[in-house]
Amino acid sequence: MSPHDPPASGDILVVDGVDVYLSGRKVLDGVTFEIAPGEFTGLIGSNGAGKTTLFRVILGLQAASAGRVIVAGGQLSRRHRAIGYVPQKFMLDPDVPLRARDLVGLGIDAQRLGVPRPSRRRRALIEEMLDAVDATGFADTRVGRLSGGEQQRVLIAHALIARPRLLLLDEPLANLDLRSAHEVVSLLGRIAHEQEIAVLISAHEINPLLPVMDRIVYLAEGRAVSGTTAEVVRADVLSKLYGHHVDVLDVHGRVLIVAGAGEDSDLIGHEGVFPGAGIRA
Amino acid sequence: MSPFPGSIFAPGFFASGPVHLALGVGALVAVVAGAVGVFTVMRGQSFAGEAFGDLGTTGGAGAYLVGIGPLWGFVVGNVIAAGAMEAIGIQRARGRDLATGIVLGAGIGLAALFLYLDTTQHNTTGAVVTILFGSVFAISSSTLPLILLLSAVVLAITLTLYRPLLLSSVSAEMAAARGIPVRVVGAVYLLALALAAALAAITIGTILSTALLVGPAASALRLTRRPLTALLTAAGIGVATMWLGILLAYDSYEWPPTGRGWPVSFFVVTLVFLIYLLSGVPEAARRRRPGRPRGAPRDARAMTPG
Repeated sequence: MSPHDPPASGDILVVDGVDVYLSGRKVLDGVTFEIAPGEFTGLIGSNGAGKTTLFRVILGLQAASAGRVIVAGGQLSRRHRAIGYVPQKFMLDPDVPLRARDLVGLGIDAQRLGVPRPSRRRRALIEEMLDAVDATGFADTRVGRLSGGEQQRVLIAHALIARPRLLLLDEPLANLDLRSAHEVVSLLGRIAHEQEIAVLISAHEINPLLPVMDRIVYLAEGRAVSGTTAEVVRADVLSKLYGHHVDVLDVHGRVLIVAGAGEDSDLIGHEGVFPGAGIRA
Repeated sequence: MSPFPGSIFAPGFFASGPVHLALGVGALVAVVAGAVGVFTVMRGQSFAGEAFGDLGTTGGAGAYLVGIGPLWGFVVGNVIAAGAMEAIGIQRARGRDLATGIVLGAGIGLAALFLYLDTTQHNTTGAVVTILFGSVFAISSSTLPLILLLSAVVLAITLTLYRPLLLSSVSAEMAAARGIPVRVVGAVYLLALALAAALAAITIGTILSTALLVGPAASALRLTRRPLTALLTAAGIGVATMWLGILLAYDSYEWPPTGRGWPVSFFVVTLVFLIYLLSGVPEAARRRRPGRPRGAPRDARAMTPG
């Protein structure tokens, strides 16, 4: 069925030859990669490259027309427990009566029926998670009134409290200022390595992730290449992926990917190219 | 106002059978409406709540035509409306108001016909006023079992679905990623809202029912930051306004023009509105204080819930 080799055992996520058509258009084309436990992987691609669709396939919310996805070696029904998910768009009215600690608490057991019963264990677990993402200072604030960076941290705690083995984050750095983005990235890097949780984070800009990224999955035109940064972020590899010539420039530790030539040239993901983005930290 | 309870509680208030029934049913319905209403406001479905109120008119007028109790009419009309909204696509955020509006328009057209037939064939306008503006004193004790049943169903739905509903209301994507069937949860909640609106309609009328659903909930949202406390606060505000409204309506038999008390619904809705205005005071006071603490509002949107 699949032209690819069977997955190596122990991988937390195996994406194998996934094709997805959305309203007749091929959005993902034979996407293949694996993620090992505790690995920090960046899913890089410009807007419309298929990152969110790929996440939906991994979550089981979007069917693939070909290929397969295996999460924690298990079946679809067990997938929800193995994955923590932080969505791209999170808009909450400032009036909604939901404190940061309530949202984190919902991460424990939101899928269960009934009203949560307060217990010392529950409270301690929430407190521990708030502390882990450095959110104790605003634990009692309504989530809708937090800043973007604060909300990201609370959402990460919400996703982590159920002890997932894979954390998916859809463009968590979009709309964050440089400092908040850096804080979120180093927090995620710490979580990945200390708690052995595999992190898959999508971004349209590569530089903020360079300091912590173990592997990269580069998505363009629905196709993907994966490997270490050194293996993937090369002119020949990316040119082949894009199907036309691409230059990869190193500017004081920042990576610039430039497509086309002359008047057609364009910085890929240029929205994210800002001074200091490539902090090596 | 006289300091003596005797003149606040007019003679006969505690001895009257209809008053007892009104206090009991009013409190129960207020609790149900308050609890459901918090989710209605959180989910931005106030328009659907309003639509169920208005569509209750169609059901109520139809029930009067065929000679059954108005509550049956409200329930049947609202459940059909909920099904139609669901079918047209109320679950999609973008199609939500459209689905509601289309069903509302069609339903109100039918209400026009039914009310016309009610007044021409039965030669009475009293029924129309009762359907539109309700009268908690006019509830017959034979309706009580149905009211109890519906209230139990709605409260059971709200409390059973509490966690999945709360997360779906916060983010449908996050809920779906956890394996929560967001669409089913939304549909069951819509049914609870339809039934709650029918219950509210029997007490304060179809047109005003939305006030009892949305008003106490919107006030509660300004007063507390916790979801469960918001449900309880909304229920409490609902009961308080209902009871005070009933008391004032009973007292109003002594007011000009004497002998014909003022409508309860007027008092209830006015009190709901006043409490909503008052519920903004703590927030405004906090904001005026210098060196606002973390978590104080950062923008003016905080003043306009739902």
